[in-house]
Amino acid sequence: MTTMPNAGLPNAPLPEIWARFQETSPLLSPANRAKRTILVVGTGLAGSSAAATLAEQGYRVKVFCLQDSPRRAHSVAAQGGINAAKNYKNDGDSVFRLFHDTIKGGDFRAREANVYRLAQLSNAIIDHCVAQGIPFTREYGGYLANRSFGGAQVSRTFYTKGQTGQQLLLGSYGALLRQTAGGRLSLHPRTEMLDLVVVDNRVRGIVVRHLLSGQVEAHAGDAVVLATGGYANLYCLSTNARSGNVTALWRAYRRGAWFANPCFVQIHPTCLPAQGSQQSKLTLMSESLRNDGRVWVPKAAGDRRRAPDIPEDARDYFLEARYPAFGNLVPRDVASRQIKEQCDLGLGIDGGRTVYLDLEDAIRAQGLTAIRRKYGNLLDMYQRLTGDDPANEPMRIYPAAHYSMGGLWVDYSLMSNLSGLFVLGEANFSDHGANRLGASALMQGLADGYFILPNTLGPYLAQAGPNPIDARHDSFRSSQEEVNAQLGRLLRIRGSRTAADLHRELGLMLWDHCGIVRSEAGLRAALAKLPRLREEFWGNLMVPGVGVDLNQALELAGRVADFLECGELVVQDALHRRESCGCHLREESRTEDHEPRRRDEGYAYVAAWEYRGQGQAPGLHREPLAFTLVTPGQRSYR
Amino acid sequence: MEKLIHLTLRVWRQSGPDRPGRFHDYQSGPVATSLSLLELLDLVNERLTLNGEEPIAFDHDCREGTCGACGAMVDGLAHGPKAETTLCQLHLRDLADGGLVVIEPFRAWAFPLIKDLVVDRSALDRIMAAGGYVSVDTGGAPEANVIPIPQPDADQALAAASCIGCGACVASCPHASAMLFVGGKVSQLACLPQGQPERARRVLAMVAAADREGFGACGNHRECEAACPKRLSLRHLARMNREYLSAR
Repeated sequence: MTTMPNAGLPNAPLPEIWARFQETSPLLSPANRAKRTILVVGTGLAGSSAAATLAEQGYRVKVFCLQDSPRRAHSVAAQGGINAAKNYKNDGDSVFRLFHDTIKGGDFRAREANVYRLAQLSNAIIDHCVAQGIPFTREYGGYLANRSFGGAQVSRTFYTKGQTGQQLLLGSYGALLRQTAGGRLSLHPRTEMLDLVVVDNRVRGIVVRHLLSGQVEAHAGDAVVLATGGYANLYCLSTNARSGNVTALWRAYRRGAWFANPCFVQIHPTCLPAQGSQQSKLTLMSESLRNDGRVWVPKAAGDRRRAPDIPEDARDYFLEARYPAFGNLVPRDVASRQIKEQCDLGLGIDGGRTVYLDLEDAIRAQGLTAIRRKYGNLLDMYQRLTGDDPANEPMRIYPAAHYSMGGLWVDYSLMSNLSGLFVLGEANFSDHGANRLGASALMQGLADGYFILPNTLGPYLAQAGPNPIDARHDSFRSSQEEVNAQLGRLLRIRGSRTAADLHRELGLMLWDHCGIVRSEAGLRAALAKLPRLREEFWGNLMVPGVGVDLNQALELAGRVADFLECGELVVQDALHRRESCGCHLREESRTEDHEPRRRDEGYAYVAAWEYRGQGQAPGLHREPLAFTLVTPGQRSYR
Repeated sequence: MEKLIHLTLRVWRQSGPDRPGRFHDYQSGPVATSLSLLELLDLVNERLTLNGEEPIAFDHDCREGTCGACGAMVDGLAHGPKAETTLCQLHLRDLADGGLVVIEPFRAWAFPLIKDLVVDRSALDRIMAAGGYVSVDTGGAPEANVIPIPQPDADQALAAASCIGCGACVASCPHASAMLFVGGKVSQLACLPQGQPERARRVLAMVAAADREGFGACGNHRECEAACPKRLSLRHLARMNREYLSAR
């Protein structure tokens, strides 16, 4: 099948598309909104801001999250900040420049109109968040402070010290809770979505498992909103929270929603390295540390001296040497790749997978007090996690999976190819192309939730009318039966390996074959291993306990089952994209000086994959990417 | 070389709210001190799973001290013996080799036990729902820099807002009071111009909600401040009391 995905863009010049969309779309009256039920899954920035705003508009909203409280969603962990094109610093920023940086940062693999709208809405987000009482960092005069972030040439990042995600999430969480009082919004915490119900190509509702009772329940609605975050936990060890999973997206994919650019997963260069097999998490160290930290390894493989004992001429500051113009501030993908290459050459610290991030020179030049003023909370965090003081010896870092740019395919109104299924935030594919810029995730989540969906849902519902199918319909019953059957199957295997153990094996394998650097041979090797690993899972898994109880092992098993399938799609997507792009280097696609080569002639499109059944190869839909306001160029940091 | 230690974990096991609970001992075997205590629980759980036994249920998520999902009493202290540290960031190097580590759930009337170390903290959400926000609908906000806010006020508000909602303050308080939790939000919004219109209503409603949920009154023991992994200052609780008195 070669259906061309239709983004549904109004015909207008880029800066006017969003206004044209709003002006020409039908509206849904307040009386009719009160009759429509919207199911929102996920309570991170995108989900909670969408749910709150829809309830403000008068919709009936049911909100689901798997944590005990909506405030726990992983947006809470974002440290750096949120971008907006306010140009408060008078340094030449504008909507166009934010758009341009974002589309270029994504290596020209995002949809231009969506990114332009994101930049246009960025300022309204800051206005709204300030009105909510979010305590952004301010200058002495009382006005909002900005900083430069992630190599941007302008200072457009708003922040609340190192807890921007937490504060923004508490703002949207407050807005969400405020709506519970009015009775229009109901909260369903400790509830996990396990299936999407689709009849006649329209989404009718969801099937969920209540995680305390184990009961599988059906909820019907006029539209379903997935804001379930990303799937970087595919790699098992990542910077994501432990509960991060692909299950909601994957079950939607299996019901017909297209999965776009699944292989685009960002690897963040500055994370704490893995130690031993029991490590549960690779904590991110903010990349702002690279402003003053120098990345190095010993020049000689096998140099096992302690860092302070290694003299200057025996150290290789490889980023500075290779990229004199940008030095330690090269983009995330370049830094990650170089760090990996050094370690693959056996030059990592103690021969392992870790390099130094060293503040010694900065401390000598600026004094420890100044460095602590800038990074105090990060240095404390490092010391708390590792027991070592970065003031005395360099930090040890290694790249880790961090953010998935890929996600379910959506059109301009953030609706998937299934009518009535909207996908927001990290869960969709739309804005970050093949690589995401720092401080852009929070911006996208809140743009989607506060401003875009509330303006696109009404027009959809005005045209589609109410959903006449309720939760007693056969389709819900058969979906519940399937969900229960799978849960029963997981519990009955009674083999000899835990889901956590199988997840580790999957993660390590994908990290090796489908991580920072990819090759035809490696990807094919992964494709050969995945079915065997799935077989091992379904033949040898051990899940104790019962289904009708709080059973965290069962929850994990279900998520790992989906990762095992999703991993295959990620590898297939990576295999088909024979270009280096965004955060990934494809061995076969390099320039003469070994830098990544993007291939616009063959791959300037969004790859949207369609499920064709168990054991069948997925179908590929290509959405061509055209650029009217920017000219794609090769990135160069030499 | 990685340092190895051996610990005995004495963990509260209770299969449900209405079932009897008891302590159960688990030997860690030799384990690296670089592990966090929760990673040791993961390891114990994998062993239990392979024996066909029920793993220890516990809440956790971000594993970097921000989400507030984890929490338990470790040797009688909320989140364990290390200051300004959530349970997920407590590492074995912070514990004594060969020692006994007693792990029990947060205990409070308003935090009913669900299973093992998992308790129901939804009462905190209901307190927030009573007024922990500024009532502003999306769309009508003025330009962000229209109202300058003195930097010390903004810093105070952020310090008050750093609460992660873990419930350690409640679990450590002899009265199971949630006043530091309430004080954080009340204080944050009282410091900011955006919080002024609802200032009186907010503090009355949130304190009433805390009372309704069965949290105790503050007795000035200051255990909450010591246990708080974000070191929320008692100053915010004091500000809440002033707000409350002037609102009445």
